[in-house]
This record gives sequence, structure tokens and C-alpha cells, in this order.
Amino acid sequence: MASGAGTSNDAIARVFREEYGRCVSTLTRVLGDITLAEDAVAEAFAVAVSNWDPDDLPPNPGGWITTTARRRAIDRLRREATRDARHAEAALLHGNDDEPPEEVGPVQDDRLRMLFTCCHPALAPEARVALTLRLLGGLETPDIARAFLVPEPTLAQRIVRAKKKIAEARIPYRVPVDADLPERLAGVLAVVYLIYNAGHTSPSGDSLHRVELCDEAVRLARLLVELMPDEPEAVGLLALLLLLESRRPARTAADGSLVLLPDQDRSLWRGDLISEGQSLVRACLRRNRPGPYQIQAAINAVHADTVDGSPTDWRSIVVLYDQLMAVAPTPVVALNRAVALAELDGPNVALAEIERLDLPDYQPHWVARAEMLVRCGRPVEARAAFDHALSLTENAVEHAYLTRRRAEI
Amino acid sequence: MTQYMLSVIHDPDQAMPEGDDLMQLFADVDAVNQDIKAAGQWVFGGGLEHPNSATVVNSAGGKVTVTDGPYVETKEQLGGFWVVELPDLDAALKLAERASAACRNAIEVRPFQPEPEI
Repeated sequence: MASGAGTSNDAIARVFREEYGRCVSTLTRVLGDITLAEDAVAEAFAVAVSNWDPDDLPPNPGGWITTTARRRAIDRLRREATRDARHAEAALLHGNDDEPPEEVGPVQDDRLRMLFTCCHPALAPEARVALTLRLLGGLETPDIARAFLVPEPTLAQRIVRAKKKIAEARIPYRVPVDADLPERLAGVLAVVYLIYNAGHTSPSGDSLHRVELCDEAVRLARLLVELMPDEPEAVGLLALLLLLESRRPARTAADGSLVLLPDQDRSLWRGDLISEGQSLVRACLRRNRPGPYQIQAAINAVHADTVDGSPTDWRSIVVLYDQLMAVAPTPVVALNRAVALAELDGPNVALAEIERLDLPDYQPHWVARAEMLVRCGRPVEARAAFDHALSLTENAVEHAYLTRRRAEI
Repeated sequence: MTQYMLSVIHDPDQAMPEGDDLMQLFADVDAVNQDIKAAGQWVFGGGLEHPNSATVVNSAGGKVTVTDGPYVETKEQLGGFWVVELPDLDAALKLAERASAACRNAIEVRPFQPEPEI
């Protein structure tokens, strides 16, 4: 638990991390209201903190929390004799959570319903991220606010408004039907990837990574694969995140400064994550239903092959970027392709590609341009490009790295 | 079930389709109307005359004022609306997608408050 009761209690904190999302998701289905569910689960954890012996937890802690939360919610609804509460109670008594859910399709885990609700396209994108972290990750509002460098009241209001909209506009609590699933799943995957990216290079601040966001994104991606094992893009996203995670320990030096891929100490890469990520990529290839996340995972799998010191297979990487351009032809993909192309056809060819792209406010665009200008022997323009990149950089670690690179010209 | 208002967001000074295009638009909107009725979701709906035909009456402060023209002077105005009864927002968004294509305008989807029980 990030704050409140139980901070000193590691065993219960672990149960909280592992079970919070499941408990709130189940209670939301039973009670038909997210806020009621959150309150009930919080109350149950408070009971656990005062009653549990940390060395002797109940055999099924999540089940204990859910049952306790449900009883507490019923008690509370009985105490509060308002009309709304009577309604809710009626719903509660009629809605038995042992009944099979009415949803179409094979998926019945409540956390999946919660994910699709939190990532609903009718909610603002920043609200989707905040709700997902709050309700499925169990992150506390101040922690989410800190991770995204948003004032706490702003974030709290964002969450309250989103929950209100879910209730008032009746955003359904269910996994979309098959016909709508691909588009809606893409929205869920995008939220998880966004969470990872915010953790991988924090939008601003003094440290490069926000480890809690990286961890949470990987956990959510694992959950999606567990719940939807036949969705290749979900597998692709998990593989991509694992392969990016495998290099994270090498991405910062001892003094906290940024180390880019070519200069990273391969011995710091995590072999367990590489082999898991690469085997997921192979499974995707066998399935042969490629999509943007799977292709990005494959690109990172090729990079991971250099863990034993062997040279990077740039030809494969450029071919994969060509495939990615075919399914996701965005300027950002074109930029990454151009950077890879430099290793095959030289910096002049890459620079020509980069200068054609319309990405005026995209910081990596200016970094790539600057590096190519350096390699082309055009220091004056390179410095100007670094200056432009620096003006778009709010992360202190990245800022220091770019300042150093500029001085090295 | 929840009632939703599907508002047609319309620029009244934008040129309307003409001839066959206009006939096609009418036919498309009519098809949507028929489907809503056949599904038992229809509450009310219709198109509105040009906002220039609007009159604002305000007696909220005790004194009555009557003003010519629409209340809000924006480029886009309410061009018409449907009130429909649907199980949830996904159903409403789906219907709005069809309705928007039919009437060639953006649609704003907004739930009604539940009726207070007395």
C-alpha cells in the first residue's frame, strides 16, 4: 500500500498490490458502482491490517478481502436508508456473483471488464491512464500524480470526473463483443504502452525512469495475455515491454546518466526477460498475424541478439521497419526506420529521410537529426539541432546527456 | 434503460446538399428513423428550422425579456435531435455513428438524468 494503513506491513502490502485490482473489479460487478466498490475494498483492507497476522495470512487473501468487502458494503447499504442505497441493495441481492456472467465470448475475468471500461474511447485519454493505474494497479492518487507530474488535485478531479461519466453515461461494464473487440483492444493496449513509455522516459523530472509505471505496465500486459491468450497483439505488447525492460538496468550509468543502446554494457541486460520476450516473439511469428506491437517486439528481439557481443543485424531491423511502415505508416516509425537505415546506407541517406519528416515538436526527431549531422561532418547545423532538441527536453537526465553530446562535437 | 439525446451539430450557413444528394440524405435519415422505431428505441426526434427563427424568452430573474435569435451565437448550432432509449453508452455511440453518417454532421451523445422518483 503506497500510503495509509499498512505501509510498514510488507505482507499485506504485497496482497494489496496483487489483489486490489481483482477485488475492486469483482465488487464493481456485484455492486454496480466503482466508487462503492473502492470504498468497500479499502474498508476490507483496513480490517485486514488490524486483524491479520503478517506471518500467517489467510489461505486465499484475495477471496477474504472480496468477501469482507462485500459484507461491509451490504452492511453499509442497510445502514444508509436512502433511496439510492435501497436501489443498490436490491441490485445487490438480486445480482448473485456466483451466477455465470451474461457476456458474450469466453472471457469472464472481472479485471478484463474493468480494463475495457477504464480504457473506453468515450473517456479522455489521460483519464484512461489514471483510472487504469488507480483501479487495476491500486496506485494511490498522489503516486499517479507524481509519476505524471500533474498536480494532485488535477489528477484527483480527472479520476472523479471519469468515474462520474462512467456512471451517468452508462459506460457498460463488459468486454466488447467480438465485432468491436479488435478496435477496443487496440485502445487498451495503447493505454498500457503509454503507461510504460511514461515510466521508461519520464516526461520530466530528475530521474530517467519511473519504475513503478514500468512495473505496472508489464503487470497489465501480463494480465492481458493471461486473459486473452489468443490475441497476438497483446502477446506482442508483452514481448515488447519485456525486451525493453531487459535493457533498462543498462540504460543509466552509476551516476544516473543516460546510456544509449550502442554503448550499453550487455552484461547488465536481463537474460531472463530477453529469453521470455524472444520466445513470445517466436510464438507470434508462428501465428503469423502480425501487428504493430509484434513487429516492434521483433525489432527489439533483434537488438537483444547482441547480448552475446555479436554485431547488430541492421538488415533485419530495416526489413522489420518496412513491415511496420506497411501496417502503421506514421512519421515516428519513419524516423526510427531512418535511424536504422543509417547503419546500412550511411548517415547522408538517413539524414535526407529524416529531413523529409514533418515532426517539428518531436524531440527524438531533433536528436536523430543532430546525430546524423554530426556523422555527416556538419557541426554547426548539428549544434543547432541539439539546441532545438534541448528546448523540447524536460527530463533532467536526458537534458544532461544531450548537453554532453553537443559539447563533444 | 437510459434515454440519450443525440444532437446534430450543424453549421446552418453551410450549403446544404442539393438535388439527388439531398434526396439521398433524406432517405438515409429516414432509414435510421425507421430502424430506431422498429427496434423500439424511439422516444422523439426531428430537425429544427434555421437558428434565425429562434426566440429567447427569459423570466428567470422575475422580469420577462424576449430576444430575437438563438441564445448562443456560435457557428455550429443544434440542427436537430433524436431522443432514444438504449441499454448503455456503447449502443448509443453505435447508433450515433450511423446517424452521423446519415445526416452528414457530427453528433453529440448525452445521457438524460434519471427521472426522480417521487
